[in-house]
Amino acid sequence: MIYLLNEEQSMLKDSAKEFLKSAPVAQLRNLRDTKDNIGYDQTTWQKMVEMGWAAMVIPEQYEGLNFGYFGLGQILEETGKTLTASPVISSAVMATSAIIFCGSDAQKSEYLPKLSMGEMTATLAIDETARHNPNVIKTHLKTQNGEFLLNGKKVFVPDVHTANLIIATCKDSNGKDTLIAVNSDNNGVSINREHFMDSRNYGTIEFKDVKITESHIFVGANTESIEKVLDISRIAIAAELYGTSVEAFNRTIAYMKERKQFGVELATFQGLQHRCAIMFCELEMAQTAVLSALNAIDQDVEDIRLFASIAKAKVSKVAQLVSNEGVQIFGGIGMTDDEEIGFFLKRARVAMAILGDYNYHLDRFAVLNGY
Amino acid sequence: MQSVETATFKEEIRAFIAKNCPLSLRKPVKNFDDYYWGGKKSTSGSPDQLKWFEAMKNNGWTVPHWPKEYGGGGLSAEEYKIFLNEMARVGARKPLFSFGISMLGPALLKFGNETQKKEHLTKIAKGEIWWCQGYSEPGAGSDLAALQTRAEDKGDHYLVNGQKVWTSYADKADWIFCLVRTDPMAPKHSGISFLLIDMESAGVTTRPIKLISGKSPFCETFFDNVKVSKENLIGEENMGWAIATFLLTHERSMIGGIGDTDVRQALHDFALDHIGTSENGRLSDEIIRKEIAEIELDVATLDMTIQRSMEEAKSGKPIGAKSSFFKYVYTEINKRRYETMVAVAGTKGLGWEGNAYDDGAIAKQFCRTKGNSIEGGTSEIQLNIIAKRILHLRSKK
Repeated sequence: MIYLLNEEQSMLKDSAKEFLKSAPVAQLRNLRDTKDNIGYDQTTWQKMVEMGWAAMVIPEQYEGLNFGYFGLGQILEETGKTLTASPVISSAVMATSAIIFCGSDAQKSEYLPKLSMGEMTATLAIDETARHNPNVIKTHLKTQNGEFLLNGKKVFVPDVHTANLIIATCKDSNGKDTLIAVNSDNNGVSINREHFMDSRNYGTIEFKDVKITESHIFVGANTESIEKVLDISRIAIAAELYGTSVEAFNRTIAYMKERKQFGVELATFQGLQHRCAIMFCELEMAQTAVLSALNAIDQDVEDIRLFASIAKAKVSKVAQLVSNEGVQIFGGIGMTDDEEIGFFLKRARVAMAILGDYNYHLDRFAVLNGY
Repeated sequence: MQSVETATFKEEIRAFIAKNCPLSLRKPVKNFDDYYWGGKKSTSGSPDQLKWFEAMKNNGWTVPHWPKEYGGGGLSAEEYKIFLNEMARVGARKPLFSFGISMLGPALLKFGNETQKKEHLTKIAKGEIWWCQGYSEPGAGSDLAALQTRAEDKGDHYLVNGQKVWTSYADKADWIFCLVRTDPMAPKHSGISFLLIDMESAGVTTRPIKLISGKSPFCETFFDNVKVSKENLIGEENMGWAIATFLLTHERSMIGGIGDTDVRQALHDFALDHIGTSENGRLSDEIIRKEIAEIELDVATLDMTIQRSMEEAKSGKPIGAKSSFFKYVYTEINKRRYETMVAVAGTKGLGWEGNAYDDGAIAKQFCRTKGNSIEGGTSEIQLNIIAKRILHLRSKK
């Protein structure tokens, strides 16, 4: 089985859906309007941890649940529907996967149990340019008096202002790609929280002569293993963005069944019906792309790059379509801040850009296919 | 986990294909003419096609998943999957392609009586009868249920009068399965029956229609006081619409690529051959490159969605109205594919005659694809079905 949920995965999805009723879009709106310092609801996050969401992909020997990415993807789809802000993707997927696939045993033992139990959060710092390009890495290590000094700047780092640990790509002293782990309270680390269109949490981080010990360099990190971590992260974002897309679509359909003009429901207009039917088709394809990619991680297929790029490209394109059509079909009310459909448009645009947008992954898809 | 039996089966199939499938039939299929269609009047079949067909027929592998008593291979679902995988692995073409296999067969298996199944399914399996479909009429296209071809009850037989159009290959066909009106007074969906008619019956005439592709795969077929035995009624009288919709679901799944394992040349390979690459190894026309990537991304996603649908069907979730999704998406992608092929090939995609242009193979197939989103229910009809039956977009009253 590749595309069907087993009983445990279905139960997990249902319980996530039930729980997330307590963290609806109104919660995000409130965090935005009160200019909350954290940017996500701590009680919600604590409950997520209790439900094991931070432990999903962590091996049992490090106090994880080893439940797999396919299962985690079901949760992400649900959090995408409610637009719930939390460190699930930044910490439980991106940083955790970096440690699992690039960390040493000692690093895994040090970090994974704490991440699993919610005793700390971490994030993954990749981008240095306004448009995603993971090959541009100017952040680097240099050796000085027998110790390593880290210098550089990272942008668009998710949940960076609350993360205890920052895992970042950089060039090692030989100019090779690697990953390092930096405590956010280290000397020389300055973090600047920034506000984005989706009211979620990102920031820039600057490293100035930050002292790094050998134990903070990921021995298993190289261009290929970092790319794998990025692809896992892209697939997770795609799973969440699929949830956001399908919810925007469902809200649009529901609105069309209620809203009347010319004395009849919008649902009766063929000009709108066909646009909705096309969106349905596109969402079906997007869902397939997500499910196959999640499965590809768990099956450890030889090359998940193709799966990741198909999923991220397809879902991004579909998210653009349904979020635009949602606002259009809601009409004037869709332009108001009171109506929630706009939150979906805004989240979609940011999620589409994270770790490569449609054009980035379409180009990569072509390269991977040899043209 | 594979059992010993399935592992053995896989080896047997693989060895059989290796031994019997001619190399010429392991190349990508360009169009319907690349298949062997069978039939009484058939003059198609190249020596290689006939050799492959005979070998497969003897095992019931023209229809591997049909029961053995009706000429099929009697394969279990698991064996059939292995069979398809093995065929796809070497790009082996179907030994027999017919509307009997893809359309009438499934309807007969579900709605036919034992005599009808024994008679017709066996002949389909052996490629003896070429079937065509009599659905559309001049006044009943998208509004199929408005069909007027009349079948009057004359006691032991029906008397059929009327006209069908878009009857695929009716000029080559031996029999036609038809939707006819048996009760003109009933509401339009409730007065239709499903009838099998021998094309050699007195009063049946057929005339090819020349299409924009320059070819004539479709015909007009006329019925003038044609006597049809009541034995040829499938299911109950006036219950033909249920069979028609069942069959249309099958047709749409088929058009939508479900169960299709035949290999086509990848669009980007076609483009690499024609355009070449620039120094960085990329297709030298960046804009066409993007167009191709968009199409191939959709093709890849659709292929996986077909897999997903097969998994869901296995677990008891029938395809139903989703066939409209596959039909719509596949045909729209195929049209895009040929638009791009013509653009890529330049004059080679525009030439209509002569060796330099492969007798207009690309140009003609390009024209043909425009029918993809019309036949079997237009794209607009598919979108209507999705909107109404899946999304329930209609008035609440």
